Amino acid sequence: MREGTRKTLFIFTLLVFAFFYIPILVLMVFSFNDSKIGTVWTGFTFDWYIRLFSNSQIIDAAFNSLFIAVVTTIISTVLGTLAALTLHRYGFPGKRTVGFVFYIPVVIPDIVLAVALLVLYSFLNVKLGLATVIPGHVVFATSFVILVLLARLAGLDRALEEAAKDLGANEWHTFWKVTLPLIYPGILAGALLAFTISLDEFVVAFFTTGPGSNTLPVLVYSMVRRGVSPEINALSTILILAVVFVIAIVGWRMNKMNKQEGEV
Amino acid sequence: MIRNVRAAYLMLSPTLVWLLIFLVVPVGMIAVISFTTNLGFGGILYEFSTEAYRLAFSSLYAQAIWQSLWWSIVATVICGVIAYPFAYFIAHAGKWKNLLLLLVMVPFWTNLLIRLYSWIILMNNQGVINNILMKIGIIDEPITMLYTPFAVIIGLVYGFLPFMILPIYASIEQLDKTYLEAAEDLGANPVKTFLTVTLPLTFPGVLSGTIITFVPAVSVFVVTDLLTGGRLLMIGNVIRDAFLVEMNWQLGSAISLLLMILVLISIVVLMKFTSSEDDSSLL
Repeated sequence: MREGTRKTLFIFTLLVFAFFYIPILVLMVFSFNDSKIGTVWTGFTFDWYIRLFSNSQIIDAAFNSLFIAVVTTIISTVLGTLAALTLHRYGFPGKRTVGFVFYIPVVIPDIVLAVALLVLYSFLNVKLGLATVIPGHVVFATSFVILVLLARLAGLDRALEEAAKDLGANEWHTFWKVTLPLIYPGILAGALLAFTISLDEFVVAFFTTGPGSNTLPVLVYSMVRRGVSPEINALSTILILAVVFVIAIVGWRMNKMNKQEGEV
Repeated sequence: MIRNVRAAYLMLSPTLVWLLIFLVVPVGMIAVISFTTNLGFGGILYEFSTEAYRLAFSSLYAQAIWQSLWWSIVATVICGVIAYPFAYFIAHAGKWKNLLLLLVMVPFWTNLLIRLYSWIILMNNQGVINNILMKIGIIDEPITMLYTPFAVIIGLVYGFLPFMILPIYASIEQLDKTYLEAAEDLGANPVKTFLTVTLPLTFPGVLSGTIITFVPAVSVFVVTDLLTGGRLLMIGNVIRDAFLVEMNWQLGSAISLLLMILVLISIVVLMKFTSSEDDSSLL
């Protein structure tokens, strides 16, 4: 790149980062503001955070979200791993159709799946609650687990599995001792993705959760609709910091892994 | 071979059954419902009717449909124009690359509702932007930013820009540098190299970015909901209200189906732009 181009791009990049971060930072700053109305700085306080931790609604919603995310992760990791391994390993009639079906959740608008599930539950007379959120989350998460794993499997050296078989390992043994350790990072990445997708998901949860069993995003939505309040700022700040924390850890781990691979 | 085929189906069956019950059947159900007769209050009479579709295209709802289309196209284009140079710089940032990428992941993984809320704080009539502008004396009275299409576009761009950045970044990052060197050796200037080599080779990234930005943008209801207080409507708002407020399941189903078809058509059209040889890249 020429020096002039580089400088222009650098300034442009800075501006985009400002666009990304100024709203987030303003939101965080006002979570410490000693005023109920919220957009003029009047003084520093931790009050909103203290209130937050005594708000049982928020604590309940956080646990609901975690519960749904954990169950979704377990189911979609198992389903996704089975499907990805099969797609990678076997040729069979109807493979294209199956691949297409697995791809639908990636492109279907979330609201369409949400209302469709609402209709299904109403037909089956299923009472909406916490558990009714899980099937929809699994539908989304499984497809992403499959995508991540297929990418990992594509980079897998088939010769290693064949070597194991040549050395007398049966199929089961080869899978446990060779394939699984090799794709384990992919499974882990898929599981992490499934977990975050479920934790973050709003639309399906909004339509398919029962009264009184809010997930965190559903609760945030109902709070935000009521207007600006420093308590939402405080809650948002905590959630943003949680995201920063997880991303920092994942980034640090990936950096370490890249370095290790570089050394080998 | 036969044994393998049986094993394959057996291993696939749990996932396929799950998707059948919780995706294919429910979507099929709304397809059927959209052609039934509305009895009011969510009541369904199984008698063929196209009333829901007539209603969907009536002036009452057509405007929301066109607005969503128009706003999400505008927002997607703005996202593309911002994302490409941004991703290009990050991909060429050397040792800073990973850090900058992580800085993109923070807004990407922060919940959309929270990020939209931050713009309410900024764009409110008593919000941060108006306060600052009035203090420096540029304006005397607050400008109304919320409740306008401008706010909707800001919300859509802010909400879905990371979706555009990441695939474009990936395609620039994976670009084979030898092509660039070849173009340079053959005497192309940087502008020409960019236009004839870099841009076409990274086009698949722009394309997948366009799809994964446009699809959520056209179907989102929280942007209009939060930034215009529900005064401006998009397709998502109409679907939600049809199911939860008006209890007109036929209308909600019909518009959902139209939305899905619209999304599928736009994906097929966009896919036509890339080489058709690796359509397997879908999965």
